[in-house]
This record gives sequence, structure tokens and C-alpha cells, in this order.
Amino acid sequence: MTRTMYEKIWDANLVHEPEAGSPLLFVDRHLMHEVTSPQAFEGLRLQNRKVRNVHSILGTIDHCVPTKDRFNIVDVIAKKQVETMTANCEENEINLYGMDSNQNGVIHIVVPEHGFVHPGMVVCCGDSHTATHGAFGALAFGIGTSEVEHVMATQTLQQKKAKTMLVKVEGKLPAFSTAKDIALAIIAKTGTAGGTGYVMEFAGNTITDLTMEGRMTLCNMAIEAGARAGLVAPDQVTFDYLEGKEFAPKGDEWPMAVEYWKSLVSDEGAEFDALVELKAEDIAPQVSWGTSPEQVISVTGVVPSPSDFTNEVKSQACTNALKYMALEAGQKITDIHIDVVFIGSCTNGRIEDFRAAAELLKGKKVADGVQAFAVPGSFPVKVQAEKEGLDKIFIDAGWEWRDPGCSMCLAMNGDELEDGQRSASTSNRNFEGRQGKGGRTHLVSPAMAAAASVAGHFVDIRDWK
Amino acid sequence: MQPYIKHTSIAALMDRSNVDTDQIIPKNFMKKVERTGFGINLFHNWRYLADNITPNPEFELNKPAFKGAKILVAGENFGCGSSREHAPWAIADYGFNTVISTSFADIFYSNCFKNSILPIIVTDEQLAALMAEIAGNEGVEFTVDLEAQKVITPGGLSISFEVDAFRKESLLDGLDDIAWTLKHEEQISTYEAAQRKRLPWLWPSA
Ligand code: SF4
Repeated sequence: MTRTMYEKIWDANLVHEPEAGSPLLFVDRHLMHEVTSPQAFEGLRLQNRKVRNVHSILGTIDHCVPTKDRFNIVDVIAKKQVETMTANCEENEINLYGMDSNQNGVIHIVVPEHGFVHPGMVVCCGDSHTATHGAFGALAFGIGTSEVEHVMATQTLQQKKAKTMLVKVEGKLPAFSTAKDIALAIIAKTGTAGGTGYVMEFAGNTITDLTMEGRMTLCNMAIEAGARAGLVAPDQVTFDYLEGKEFAPKGDEWPMAVEYWKSLVSDEGAEFDALVELKAEDIAPQVSWGTSPEQVISVTGVVPSPSDFTNEVKSQACTNALKYMALEAGQKITDIHIDVVFIGSCTNGRIEDFRAAAELLKGKKVADGVQAFAVPGSFPVKVQAEKEGLDKIFIDAGWEWRDPGCSMCLAMNGDELEDGQRSASTSNRNFEGRQGKGGRTHLVSPAMAAAASVAGHFVDIRDWK
Repeated sequence: MQPYIKHTSIAALMDRSNVDTDQIIPKNFMKKVERTGFGINLFHNWRYLADNITPNPEFELNKPAFKGAKILVAGENFGCGSSREHAPWAIADYGFNTVISTSFADIFYSNCFKNSILPIIVTDEQLAALMAEIAGNEGVEFTVDLEAQKVITPGGLSISFEVDAFRKESLLDGLDDIAWTLKHEEQISTYEAAQRKRLPWLWPSA
């Protein structure tokens, strides 16, 4: 019988399938940050339970960390959260890249840097963007805090089997289109609920041509399509990325592992419950115009009108979004002016992202009245960028070069939009207020964000000088 | 966990789709290290005026008729976005124990069951009928019977809904998930021992 990659991972991690009750799935790796874990540790303590497999956990502190003057956390409750995380990890001997580690950064950036996630693993974290690690062919998904506690105590999760969706992208991407644009184009097609109940497998030659960084950006946003997780089949690109990393298999175990990983790829002819196909040629650089990641359009387009939608709910959502975003139907995307530009987050905070942006910023200056800041996803990313002289390019162009953290991706650390300000942001969510109460977010790729900072409005980078 | 008992309560109407967890509980209120006390900031950005204290009279849940509601009736794709369990904590802390919609985001849906909240999925037509009944008679009380898997309204609707049998039992009994799983300790240990042999690189060398 043929099986998809999802089914193979499921079968390999199934601990028990009781007649009455939920199947139990074994969890190989558990990622942790300060916001969604304290109540779980608290729960364990109250019940007198222990962390079962300490080696399966890797933690970081990222959401609350200021990106300027990082040790000076003014919010007392945020400070308490950081202290609680540090104390919980110490008490339980959990490997934490904490505030004073030179490996600190955003969880979904730090974990791959150390080769902590491998193909075939089941990986979870109290964070929806855990989907990022699907780039390695691992079944990685977000869980709630009660489940964080459950995994710590039992190393398993009560799980229901998901349906499978094959998302196939074939062809050559236009110049300047990136993994971020593929992700946005997919969400525009499926809608933010289109993937609900599914695990998406991304396939096709456009996907296999992506770097690991690109695959991470893509899988990161699978959750914005509503999918439980995203997956990319492991191949030589994956193996080359992992080889030699701290937590990668070593010595004799390396070839054994690679052989196992190769066996996980979906069988020829395996059946998926749904299929979505895109042509890479059609994916121009994307810009979101609304308050949901599905409200997105090519940079060459115009802001839609509620009457463009036959579906009543979507039409109403368009009306609400235009009001919140202060946009007019029919307005050209390239006529939208911005106040703040943010490059960073677990979607686009990797070295490749800063290289792409720096390429466009060389010898240019930020437009009058625009504030722009670059936030590397981790200290290793920051150090690498500085080695390559990228920080200079940003700074010379009038950008701020900050320390790592989640920053304005979710704005709970001091970096935020003021009421009514409009951003070009490389993060993943444009929800109302996500980047600050009353703030208006447009999601774009790093190159698009960089160009917008110089022009002061969105531009089609393909014909921009 | 609280067992979920059959009840008749006020149903509040929230005619919006894609209500995301950032709206349910904005991140600036997520910094607590406890599970309680989030209810006061439920829907904060919609619920309060710019001074962050005065209730916004335009916001639906601030209507006097919806005071004390235990049932929330909302548009499609409720609970999308961030996985934060603070969202169901806030919903429960505010006083809701039931949310009715045509669809829920996956993580939110399963988080509800861990917090004695019953998420009920109905069809588009059923949702429209429930919403119409509330709109025409604000303050109306619906009966939710989990045992019988039914929502019953004074307007004469009787809607059957689906719920996973195991989740239903857990809600009705107020059962602790971890205790249930730990009954399978033997299977977990057996699995671990086998995995150590099969994929030794996943384990610390002894
Ligand atoms: S960068 Fe944004 S999406 Fe990623 S973990 Fe941090 S807050 Fe979440």
C-alpha cells in the first residue's frame, strides 16, 4: 500500500491506538519559549509530575526581549515571564539559549541552526509557527499550553489523524519572487481556513529548488493557510544543511539516518485528500492589503472592492479590512505609502533574507519620514551578517540594526506601531492590532520591504532602480 | 477540570468571521504566568474605548442583554491565528463555556476541550437561524445538552451536533488528559525502548 510522508511519520510515531479514546503520538522534540510555558510548568508542579525526557526539549527567550537595550525589560510582568522561564529550565535541567547566551534568538530560527530537528520527527511547541520545521520533513505543529504540560509529562500527544493536501508548485519563479511570495500566493488561493484539518505537503520543482531557508519561510506560513502542519520531502539540500550541526547524527549514525530519512518520502502514487496546484510563473511579488493573510495581491494589482467577492463573508471581510486599513478600493498597491519598515521574525529573519534586502539597499537612503529597522532572527544570524558587512549597508541606508527577538512581529516587547501607522513587514500576520493597536500591516518579502523603505511606498522591484 | 453540565443560558451574538486569537486576547495581556485573570481583557481592543477602561458601547458583548452569557455564537473560522491557550482561558474566565460557529481553527478547537469549553460546529443555515433568533430577541436563552449532542432554542430550533466520543466523555467527566495518558505508561516505555534501538541518534548516548 502506498503512503504519504505524513502517514509514514504518523505510523512511525504511533505509540498506541486504544479502542476507546485518542491515539497517542510520540513527540521527539519539544521547543519552548517564555510566553506559553509557565502555566505548564506550574501544572506539573501542582500535580507532582516530572519532565519525562529532558533531552527532547530546547528552549529560548524571544517574545518579550527588547531589541534595543535588551536587558532592560521595563514591563514588570514581561520581566517576570523571562525570569520564570529561566528558573523553570534551570530547575528541570532543560537546555535553554537564554538571555545571556550568544545563541539566543527566535525559537524557530535557533532550532534549525543547531540541527535539533531532523526529518521524520514529530516536533511540537506552544507556538503556531512550529510549522516552520516541516521544511525538514518533520511533522511539526503548534500546541496549547495544556498540551505543553501533557508532552512534558508523557512525551506524547493525544492526536487525531489529519487529512492530507498536496500543494504542487512547478516552474521557474519570476525575478525577485521568493518563498514568501509563494506562501502568500498559496494562502490567497486556499484562504486562511482552506487548510483547516489538513497537513500540507509542498512539492514540485519550484519547491525542491528552494534553499532550506526558503523552505522554512514557506512552511512557517502553512499555519496561515489554516493547515495543521506543512511538509517538504527531505533531499540532498536537507542533508547538506544538517550535516555537521550540533544535534545532527554523527559518525556511523549519519549514513543510517540519511537512509532512514530517504525512506520517508511520499510513495509514488500515494493518495492525498486534496490537491492545489500553482504555476511559479504566475507568482509575482505579493503585498497583503487587508487584515488576514488571505487578503493579498500581486504588487501590480489594485486594492479590491467588496463587490469583487461573490462570497458574502469574504465581501464583508473586505469592507471591514478596507475600513481598518484606511484604503480605497481600486487604489494601486504601488500608491500605498508606508511609515515603518520591519525586516525580521521567524518567517524572514534568516541570513538569506538580510542578504536579499541589503542587495537592494546598497547605496540607497530611506525615504523621508520612514522608520526602518532590521532585526536578525538570532545572534548567529546577526554575527554572520556583520561578518559579511550587511549591517553597514543597512546603517548607511538609514536603517536601525537591532539585536535579535520577535520584535514587531507581535509587538509585545516595546517594538510596535503607533495608532494609524502603516508598516511594510516581513512577518506573517497582518491581523488588526498585531503590530500595535490601530497599526496597519502589509506583509511582504524582505526585498519588497527594503525597496519600500527607500521609495516610501510599495514598488514593483522588478522594474525599480 | 470542571465537568460540563447541561445548561440553559444567554447566548451572545458576535456576527464576525475569522475572529483571531489576537483579538480574543491581545498579546500585551499574555504576559501573566498564571492561567486565570484573563477574562477582563477578553476582546480588549474591541471592548474598551481608547482610554482602555471605558466599555465601548458599540461592541456587541457590552450590550446589557448579553450580560452573563455562557454561550457565544460567532461567524466562521473562529479562533484562527496564534496558538495561545490564553484565548480559551480568557473565554472561560469571562464566563463562556460554549462557542458555536461553522468552523474553528484546529489548535483553538482542541484547546477548548482542555478548558471545559464546548466548541460546537453547525452548518451555515443553522448558524444563520441561531443568529437570527438572537438578533430578534436579545437576551434569549439556549439550552446546550452535550449528553444528547443538541442545542435547543425557545424559537423551536433543535440542532444536533457532532463531537468526538472521547472528547465528549472527557468533558462530561471533567477528566484530566494527562492522567488518562499515563494509564498507558507501559506502551510509552515500550515505544521508547524500541525507538532507542531503531533511531539511536535521537537519544543521548547512555
Ligand atoms: S517571530 Fe513572530 S511568529 Fe515567530 S515566534 Fe516570534 S512572535 Fe511568533
